[in-house]
Amino acid sequence: MDKIQKKLQTKSKATFQDYFGKGICYLCIGLIILLVTCILYFIASKGLATFTKDKVNVFDFLTKTNWNPGALDNKGRPDIGALPMIVTSFSVTLLAALIATPFAIGVAIFMSEFSSKNGSKILQPVIELLVGIPSVVYGFIGLSVIVPFIRRIFGGTGFGIFSGTLVLFVMILPTITSLSVDSLKSVPMYYRQASLALGATRWQTIYKVVLRAAIPGLLTAIIFGIARAFGEALAVQMVIGNAALMPKNLISPASTLTSKLTTDIGNTVMGTLPNNALWSLALILLLMSLILNLIVKFIGKRGRF
Amino acid sequence: MKKKTIISLVLGVAALMLILTGCGNSGSKDSSAASKGNSSNETSGKVTAVGSTALQPLVEKAATNFQKKNSKINITVQGGGSGTGLSQVQDKSVEIGNSDIFAEEKQGIDSKKLTDHKVAVVGMAPVVNKDANVKNLTMDQVKKIFTGKITNWKEVGGKDEKITVVNRAKGSGTRATFEAAVLKGAEAVKSQEQDSNGTVQKIVESTPGAVSYLAFSYINDKIQAVSIDNVKPTDANVETNKWKIWSYEHMYTNGAAKGAIAKFINYMNSDDVQKSLVKDMGYISIHNMKVQKDSKGTVSSK
Repeated sequence: MDKIQKKLQTKSKATFQDYFGKGICYLCIGLIILLVTCILYFIASKGLATFTKDKVNVFDFLTKTNWNPGALDNKGRPDIGALPMIVTSFSVTLLAALIATPFAIGVAIFMSEFSSKNGSKILQPVIELLVGIPSVVYGFIGLSVIVPFIRRIFGGTGFGIFSGTLVLFVMILPTITSLSVDSLKSVPMYYRQASLALGATRWQTIYKVVLRAAIPGLLTAIIFGIARAFGEALAVQMVIGNAALMPKNLISPASTLTSKLTTDIGNTVMGTLPNNALWSLALILLLMSLILNLIVKFIGKRGRF
Repeated sequence: MKKKTIISLVLGVAALMLILTGCGNSGSKDSSAASKGNSSNETSGKVTAVGSTALQPLVEKAATNFQKKNSKINITVQGGGSGTGLSQVQDKSVEIGNSDIFAEEKQGIDSKKLTDHKVAVVGMAPVVNKDANVKNLTMDQVKKIFTGKITNWKEVGGKDEKITVVNRAKGSGTRATFEAAVLKGAEAVKSQEQDSNGTVQKIVESTPGAVSYLAFSYINDKIQAVSIDNVKPTDANVETNKWKIWSYEHMYTNGAAKGAIAKFINYMNSDDVQKSLVKDMGYISIHNMKVQKDSKGTVSSK
């Protein structure tokens, strides 16, 4: 009796293994949560210091067009208007997504609906290869090929939003494509079969059934592409010209949030206004990626089928 | 059950913190030992030099040569920019902060805490794309070009071509030097900004009508270096201050340099480095200068 009671009441080896496994999982999760909170806190505290410590008006920061954090204007206030960078970041990103989406969806339709198994076996790695190319390589190609090309066709210096858009177009194409392929493939086969049975042609099936059914997935794909383009720094910095000016047209030098950060961060001293102003730009980037993530969540929730 | 997992989680994180801070502590002990050092020949320690990318190649090369003779001293050289160098040496995160500019010129740096060691001189010159067909400008013309008052090369005797100003990033040492010598307080025209000498070189070389400024070591025959008031940008002219656009390369230490750090900085100033390496890598030796400049830009003879 005693023996059995003891056996039942003490914890077995398997139980300890269970504890151990759980412990490791919780430790990892804890670490990641800690890391994320630290990053959020760090960027937020530094980024908000511009407004709390240096008394810059948030509204001025978002709407003024003059960026000169090292000097004071004639009223003795620092000049930090981030609008040119915000406008440039958005225009480069949206234009790139606008150009990339039709191409990406076209390729995705081909890969999921038309190509034979061997066809997508070749295409898949080709597209994945584009993801793996480091951004500095894209930037270098942009600087040596795209910039002179734009200069010859449109005049000017060749640096500007248009060059940035072209480089980003190639960079986000694979992201949008592979996510679109996934979402098209997840449309159930019986949707297609039903449509064909009703007498629809292949094109009608794709256009009216498959694409419609996959819209939430496609939107998610586009937003992931936008998120990638918004955060890309190095490649854009090399071709956009880095002038903190309101962009007048697509071929005049401009500066995105990210390119301003990479250009200036090494030349500022921690804790001073020029440095804090850069952290505020980083905060905008962080908030943007948060918003994009929320949009993805929102679409995902609505569009399950 | 739930309580237990939370406890284990907290304990795990705490253990990790202990490990991490443990590493941190032993690391700082090492470096404090290095900064105390000992005056015998067997000086050992770890020295990290961070900062100016303009000075980085020289320090890297010198560090390699230095370590051949002093195997017990470990020197790490990193870039990051003059601002990074100055702020990190001020917080004592690194032992040496490399900078193109005087600590006094940088906002947010308490120059009284830092000791300046000047190790080389760099001359800078305006450079233009060859297409513009300009070889000489007056100081006033250069100033007007960079403040945006002259916008076409034909106004200064060149080709009928729009001027494209390429600037260095705000706060960069090269830009600070150039603006102090040429613009003298006037504000530069807002234009392209690039963050390295290499990129500027490539852009000026390939963009018709482009103008910028570069350290002497980056000037090659594919771009046109411009003389100012008929003075050519040469080392000899910098040494006598006939060529006005130059700056010191500084290595700052927090307080006086001691031990391994002092040994390395002495080596930087020795003839070994100053007579050969400095010249080979396109800098000007500090020993050859016939004038000196203070942090306010006032030049006096030595």
